[in-house]
Amino acid sequence: MVEVKNLTKCYGDIKAVDDISFTAQTGEILGFLGPNGAGKSTTMNIITGYLSSTDGTVTIDGSEILDEPIKTKAKIGYLPEIPPLYPDMTVIKYLEFMFDLKKVKLPKAEHIKEVMEIVKIDGVKDRIIKNLSKGYKQRVGFAQALLGNPPVLILDEPTVGLDPKQVVEIRTLIKSLGKKHTVIFSSHVLSEVSATCDRIVVISNGKIVADAPTKDLANVISGQGELLLEAEGSQNEISEILNNVYGVKKVRTVGLNTYKIEYDSDTDIRKSVFRAMAKADCPILMMKNGGMSLEESFLKLTENSTRKGGNN
Amino acid sequence: MGAILKRELSSYFNSAIAYIVMAVFFFFSGLYFYVFCLYYDSSSLTPVFSNMFMIILFLIPLITMKSFSEEKKLKTDQALLTSPVSLFDIVMGKFLSAFILYACCVAIFIIYTIIICFFVTPDFAVILCTILGILLLGGALIAIDIFISALTESQIIAAIVSIGAGLFIYMLDSISSLISVDFITKIFNAVSFNQNYSNFTYGILNLSNLVFFVSVIAIFIFLTIRVLEKRRWS
Repeated sequence: MVEVKNLTKCYGDIKAVDDISFTAQTGEILGFLGPNGAGKSTTMNIITGYLSSTDGTVTIDGSEILDEPIKTKAKIGYLPEIPPLYPDMTVIKYLEFMFDLKKVKLPKAEHIKEVMEIVKIDGVKDRIIKNLSKGYKQRVGFAQALLGNPPVLILDEPTVGLDPKQVVEIRTLIKSLGKKHTVIFSSHVLSEVSATCDRIVVISNGKIVADAPTKDLANVISGQGELLLEAEGSQNEISEILNNVYGVKKVRTVGLNTYKIEYDSDTDIRKSVFRAMAKADCPILMMKNGGMSLEESFLKLTENSTRKGGNN
Repeated sequence: MGAILKRELSSYFNSAIAYIVMAVFFFFSGLYFYVFCLYYDSSSLTPVFSNMFMIILFLIPLITMKSFSEEKKLKTDQALLTSPVSLFDIVMGKFLSAFILYACCVAIFIIYTIIICFFVTPDFAVILCTILGILLLGGALIAIDIFISALTESQIIAAIVSIGAGLFIYMLDSISSLISVDFITKIFNAVSFNQNYSNFTYGILNLSNLVFFVSVIAIFIFLTIRVLEKRRWS
């Protein structure tokens, strides 16, 4: 279990991470989502003890990283944004080094072989790391994080730079790992996080702007429904008709004869819209639920807080 | 510590660095040995050792320049600093590996001693003392240069600053002779590597010289740890 409480990190006057708190339960995959520069990597670096926080605490399975650094660090497998690889070493030598460095108490050769099989790098184990492709380097970094079966895995953008097939493989891998480990993984790609994670924490400008189970996130964020409507008739007339329908909050013209209606998500306005339009003899050509997709709500979230940040 | 030591050594010996450093060391020490011992017909290694100071000054930055700077550049320091190892172990691993490589260079003096033995029985106590001296001198420079390497991301900068620092240390004596204020001259003489080292080359084992070099090593290892620690907070 990873517990982050009131974490703040300042670089000079800039607050990279501003008072964030969240918890990742054991066996949970937590997606850490945010645009570039939102503070994801900083947060992860603090959790793993690479950076120190200006304020706040990180507790991993009951031990705090500041109080017992060595004991706590042994519980974490960390894959930083840029995998920490020594380009001159062979894959196997590198993993042996990391095994020794982490003071893992498992049978060495067997364990390394096992990990290499999980991330499918046993075929390249005698190659020199600098000659490997980006995808393989990423996997070697992954293997390094898995050494010693740490209960907590922190993965910083593990799929960046991989080809689509590898992305799918890594996602499947993360999913399977999530059964035994606590996994926190960051990404700026929403579809990836929503496909893999049980819960999503959205961070923007160093602040948490949403923290919800994946399936609820879109509703939690938007809080309102949207309807896309195409109808024949004069624009002013239609706008007026629509505005008079119960529950409608706002009508916008988005194209020729096309309107976007915002309404309270707890009322279904479709029937009333149909009746009102029929009464006014304005035939409806198309009506579609234009409710925000997860992608849109994410954009909206991060956009808003960017603006807020700018005002501050 | 063991893992880091092992990795550093294999990185030295799997690349050209170790062999270049050793070759240069062997070449110049061999040259001095030939001139001062064989050519001048002397069994004293003292001038060889005192002249090696200058060579060591340029060689040690080559050994240490990448020790921390490259870790930072490759971001491998993230693996080191997030693994369950103390900063002391990390710095000691780096220091000892560089020191072992340096000791491999110094080992050539055993061969020179054997060569002298063919002609005359040398004073072994003096030779042991001088070898101890050159090891301590190198150790102190390694500690200083590793500290410098921890300050930057660039190997080149680390190497240049290290050489600069070394030359300054070398010239400390000449600088102190220019200063007329008595107590400053005394301080300069007390921290002069040359003076602390030259006693060893004459075969004089003076406790204060020994303590001087050991404290330089300890201080700069401590400072390196502080630099790494500080990086977390910045």
